[in-house]
Parts: sequence; structure tokens; C-alpha cells
Amino acid sequence: MNSVTNILMAGVGGQGVILASEIVSEAMMRAGHDVKKSEVHGMAQRGGSVTTHVRFGEKVFSPLIKDGEVDILFSFELLETVRYLGTMREGASLLVNAHKILPPSVTLGKDSYPDDIAGLLASRYPRFELVDAPAIALQAGNPRAVNVAFVGALSRYLDVPEDSWHAAIEKMLPPKLVEVNLKAFALGREKQN
Amino acid sequence: MKVLLSGNEAFARGAWEAGVSVAAAYPGTPSTEILENIVQYKEIYAEWSPNEKVALEVALGAAIAGGRALACMKHVGVNVAADPLFTAAYTGVGAGLVIITADDPEMHSSQNEQDNRNYAKFAKIPMLEPADSQEAKDFVKLAFELSERFDTPVFVRSTTRISHAKSIVALAEPEKHAAPAAIERNFEKFVMLPRNARMRHPIVEQRMRDLAAFADAFERNELIMQDTGIGIIASGTAYQYARESYPDASFLKLSMAFPLPEKKIREFASRVDKLYVFEELDPFYEDQIRAMGISVTGKQVFPICGEFNPATASTGISGAKPAQAAPLLDYLPPRPPNMCPGCPHRGIFYILKTMKLFVSGDIGCYTLGALPPLSAMHTCICMGASVSAAMGMDKALGDNNLGKAVAVIGDSTFVHSGITGLLDIAYNQGACTVIILDNRITAMTGRQEHPGTGFTLMGKPAKQLDYAVLCRALGIEHVRTVNPYDLEQVRSVIEEEVNRPEASVILAQAPCVLHRREYKEPGPAFHIEVAECIGCRACLQIGCPAISWHPDEGAKGAAHINTLCTGCTVCAQICKKSAIKSGK
Repeated sequence: MNSVTNILMAGVGGQGVILASEIVSEAMMRAGHDVKKSEVHGMAQRGGSVTTHVRFGEKVFSPLIKDGEVDILFSFELLETVRYLGTMREGASLLVNAHKILPPSVTLGKDSYPDDIAGLLASRYPRFELVDAPAIALQAGNPRAVNVAFVGALSRYLDVPEDSWHAAIEKMLPPKLVEVNLKAFALGREKQN
Repeated sequence: MKVLLSGNEAFARGAWEAGVSVAAAYPGTPSTEILENIVQYKEIYAEWSPNEKVALEVALGAAIAGGRALACMKHVGVNVAADPLFTAAYTGVGAGLVIITADDPEMHSSQNEQDNRNYAKFAKIPMLEPADSQEAKDFVKLAFELSERFDTPVFVRSTTRISHAKSIVALAEPEKHAAPAAIERNFEKFVMLPRNARMRHPIVEQRMRDLAAFADAFERNELIMQDTGIGIIASGTAYQYARESYPDASFLKLSMAFPLPEKKIREFASRVDKLYVFEELDPFYEDQIRAMGISVTGKQVFPICGEFNPATASTGISGAKPAQAAPLLDYLPPRPPNMCPGCPHRGIFYILKTMKLFVSGDIGCYTLGALPPLSAMHTCICMGASVSAAMGMDKALGDNNLGKAVAVIGDSTFVHSGITGLLDIAYNQGACTVIILDNRITAMTGRQEHPGTGFTLMGKPAKQLDYAVLCRALGIEHVRTVNPYDLEQVRSVIEEEVNRPEASVILAQAPCVLHRREYKEPGPAFHIEVAECIGCRACLQIGCPAISWHPDEGAKGAAHINTLCTGCTVCAQICKKSAIKSGK
């Protein structure tokens, strides 16, 4: 049976979701997997919801993950997580960045941001991990390295050699940002309590 | 060497490996990144043309002159380029001419969902359809070979899920970029006078028969014979979805969308028990296969509208819908796209809304002005339609129109196809006011250069279109310039111009806030003095992501400004209590 791992990444335009998906895809290819990745550009990106599908394994056909077959939901924003819970397979892992971005209807005072999403997720999903990636990025020395710090946490869930990750980060980031991002990645990769 | 490439990166790489000498396009999602990637190959002359018709004509001219040429566009761009397209099928080419059409099933960033495979049949031009990035690269090269072998333009069709998906590609060395050949003079082939066109048409028909024979021999129209209980004919990503859902079924994977390989289809149909055609959008294959007298299941069970996904094949074939788990929360606030903080369009739409004008709109970032809370655009049809439709509104309404309707169009869209509409207004004496939102870039598709920006795709300084001079030359006597961040100026100038019984143009000029070359450090950020805020929510009516509402503060709630503020001043001009102040 062809075994493919499916990661759905979700977030808000501007959070670096696409760059994170580039790093993960590159690392997977370097680790010897077939890889496909898909997202939408253009109108959908102007501050709206962003998702990107990353799939790897022996042979990948579809560039999109079938609903109900997501193995890891990797979400950069609390509310966005809830939008895509239905895509997860039974027993899938759920990694969530501890960050809130208010949607327009909330900033306009028409809707409210749901309370305690992390608590709800923890009670419903046994394989849930909340990652304080903004704090890790700050600790690494650059608050903008949130996405790479968060990828560090994801790397614990994937059996990929460390040097594939490093090579992917070096390829995908401008030289002057590599060092701080490698540090953010390493800090994210350490299991926190 | 193997690398991960998007379909668009692979198209560009394939063009380079094929020795292309000229590439032309107008930006449009999901095709834009093809030319953005082609500029890295210094051997290729690449340009952003003012529109797709020009791009195709530039490419055709290059091909006639003996250089391999590429034109790229989104699906609706082919509508603009359709005039040269149909006749290029008659003239044929010199060196190879390839047209990449990038369709947008699901309309992620488009105004319609047309299926451009129909253009192949309509214009009698062969079409290849890749199913991943490797094929995207390979098929561009193959398309050039076919173009020269059969003396015809060749389409390569992409979709959003090909153009914007990445997969692994094996790179190859480029073919030698040949020196341009001397231009061939061939009256009967290239001068489409009726007598010559009459001679060319039978040549086109013979070419289609030759191409149909090629399609049957073409090994990438691939028979994959496995379990013969179910046989599926598919192409593009639809093939990938079906192959994943039915790994053991038999497939006829079409790599050439037109013309179809009739013998292969008949053979495949005879070898499987139940035959399906699994194709996104129109029943393009299905109708042709039925016309061959073959019984097939297609759009009875698979949708015509929207893009396919990996569950579409099994839902259609088995009838079983995937189970939906109960949602964690009953309601989630939506997160629609929004104009950026500091966007120069925001204040214009706010004023248009307060003036209750009917706004004939157009295509770009500013189409977001149609959405709440601005809600100040009332039509959006196609590139350039704002201007000409405003003329029609003016003529239908007569004097009733005075002070009621304006056209709003972006700079790049105006250059693309607003100029002729404005000429019509001047010539036929419409009393329309056209507002050109000049943010000095093609913003929506990711900030591409155009004739009004002063630079080319290849980074060279260029002549910069002078809109005021152009408008006057067209015959528009009243051309005004406004600062879109000065709301009182914007309001008073619009007021004067819409009440004038003559044509006028208002140029609202300020660079896109994401414009890298014209980037300015944000002015001092604003803040709201909570003690002075009376909770009237007027500042929320501009839909700025930097302003948020805090219902628990003050007597009736209070607004706050966050770190996204660029200091554009628009909210401060709206605040009735002057509670919005500059600096900390």
C-alpha cells in the first residue's frame, strides 16, 4: 500500500504559512520522498484565510489532501484551526500556534472571537499540542522567525534527518536570516513543557 | 538534477530549455509567475504587454520572424487575445509559437469559470494538458516541437492546481538558443486577405486530421490497463485525483486535450466494463466521445461547476458522500480578503459611499471596495468594462445620470483596456466621470510593472505613460488630479465633476503601500484617545485592519488602533470628535 503523509497548513495571509510549506516540502524531497504541495495565490491572499497542502511519500498523485485524510493539521492561528478540524483523520495530530488574529467582523464589533479555543481543542483532541512559537522566535532573537520556530515543533512529528531540515532552511531563506532561523528551528524542535 | 518547482516555474524552465527567444504576457492569476520566472533566464526577451491581445501578437510576430515565442495568460485573457488567436491558426507560424492558458476552476481569483479547452476546438489549435510540474516543463518543450512540425500555434493548458502546485522536476540542459533567422516573406501564408485565407482554411482542416493521427500515436496519451471493471478517461489534476481514489482501475490518461485520440478511446472503451469520463468543468471530452457513438458516464455523476478535489471521483462513482464530523463551534467569523492598512483606495470608496453614487467598477484589488463596510462598487464584469459600461449607463439614463454614476478603474486595468472606452466617451460625448486609481503598479497579481510605472519586466527604465496628457489627447477636457488620502479634496472634486454635463477624468495618484520601489517609511502611527472616543463607530466604516472595536470600554465601547497603522490619516479625517491623534 502506497503510504502518503498529509499535512494541512492553515493560517492568515502574512504569517509565513507558504514559506513554512516550502521548507517542509524541500526537507521532504531531500529526505528522499516524492512530494506535492498546493495552495492558492491572488485575491484569496489579501489578509484572508490561507491553506497549503503538503503531501509526501513513495508516490503522490493528488496535489490536494482528501477531506478526512489529514495526518497533521499544522495551524498558525487559533480560530483558523477550527475551520479545518473536519479535514483530519481519526487520531490525527494537531499542532497549533498560540496566536490570535482578529477577523474583520470581530474588529468591526459584529462578531466575537471564540473563547478558549485551546481549551476546547485540548479536551476534544488527545494529540493536540499548543506551541508558543512567537515566544520561541523572540527567544531566538527575531520575532519574525515565528513560522520557522513552529516548523521546528512540526519536525518532531516527522522522521526526517536533521540535515535535510537545515539544508531546506538554508535554501529557502536569504543568507542573513539563516542563522537566526536555524536557532528558532532548533528551539522549536526541543520539546517544551 | 531534481528540484521542486511550481507548475508556473516549470513552464518557465521548459520555455528556456526549449530555446525560447521572446516571451510576452499580461499578469493574471494563476498565470503570472510564468513570466516572473522567465526573466531569470537572460537569453530570453520577456515583456509585460499592455494586454493579452498585444502579448499574443508580439509572440506571433517573433515566431514569424523565426524566434521561438511564448505568450502566457489567464483563461479570460484568451478572450482578449481571441482575435489574433483564430487567425494565427490560419497563418501558422515560422518558429514555434506556444500559448499557455491558465484556467481557474473554482474562480479562486477570477470572474468566471470558462473552460479554455473549448478554445482549442473553436480556434482549431492543438492543446496539451500537463498533470504535474514535470509534465508542465516537458509539454512546453513538446509544444514547440509540435508547433514547428505541424506549422501551428499550440496551446498548453494549465489550471490553478497545476500552476500553483509544486512537485519534483528533473532539469535538463537547454537547447541552443539559435540566432534569429531572416524573416520569411510569404504572401499566401501571412497576408490573410480573403483569397489567401480561403486557401489556408483547407490547410487548417488537413492539419487537424494530421494532428488527430498524431494524437493516436502519441505515447503520452497513455493506456494504463489494470482492473478492467472501471475505466476512467481523465487529464490534468482530475487524472491525479481519480488515480488516487481508484489506484487499481484502468485509465486512459489524456495528455493532449485536443484533438482527441479516437482509436485509443475506442480501444479503451472496448476493454473496460464501465467507462467514465472524469473532467473538470465542461463535458468537453464527454461530448466528443458520445459523438463517436461510445456510451460513457460523465456529467450525470460529476459536477460541471467548481473545481474537483480528491473526493469527487469516489463521490460520483459510488454515490457515497464523505461523512462530516460535527463542527467544534457552530459559527466562525469569516476571514475574507481585505484592502491593506494604508491602501490608497480606501478613502476613495469611503467618499463614493457617502456620496451614494452608482459605481461602475472594474478588476483589481479595488474590487474589494464592493464588499462591506465600504460596499461602494455596483458592477464588475471584465477588464475595462467600468469605463464603457458607464458610457452606456449615461446614455440610457440621459439627464437623470448627472451626479449619479462614476466609473472606477485601476491604472493597469485602464492601460489594459480602458483607453478605448474613454475614447468612446470623448468621441460620443458621454457625460461620464472616470476615476483612475493610479497606484503605479499592477497590485492585485503581486505588483507587476506596466506602461505607467516607468520600468519594464526586465528591470529597465522605460517611458512612463502620462495619463493626463493621454486623456486630453483622447478629447477629455476636464482632467483633475487628487491625493486619495485627502478626503475633502476627493469629495469636492468628485462632486464638481459628476455634476458637470461633460466627460471628465479624476486621477487619484498614490503608490500601492506594498510598492517596493516607492516604499516610504510609514508616517507616525495614529492612536485613539479613549477618553475622547464617543463610540460612534464612524472609523470602523472604512474597514481598516488596523482599527478594532472594544465593546467593553467607554460608555458605548471604543475603537483602538493597532500596530498595523501606516499613518495614512484617513480615519483621523473621519472622526467627528478628533479623538484620533498622530503619534504616541
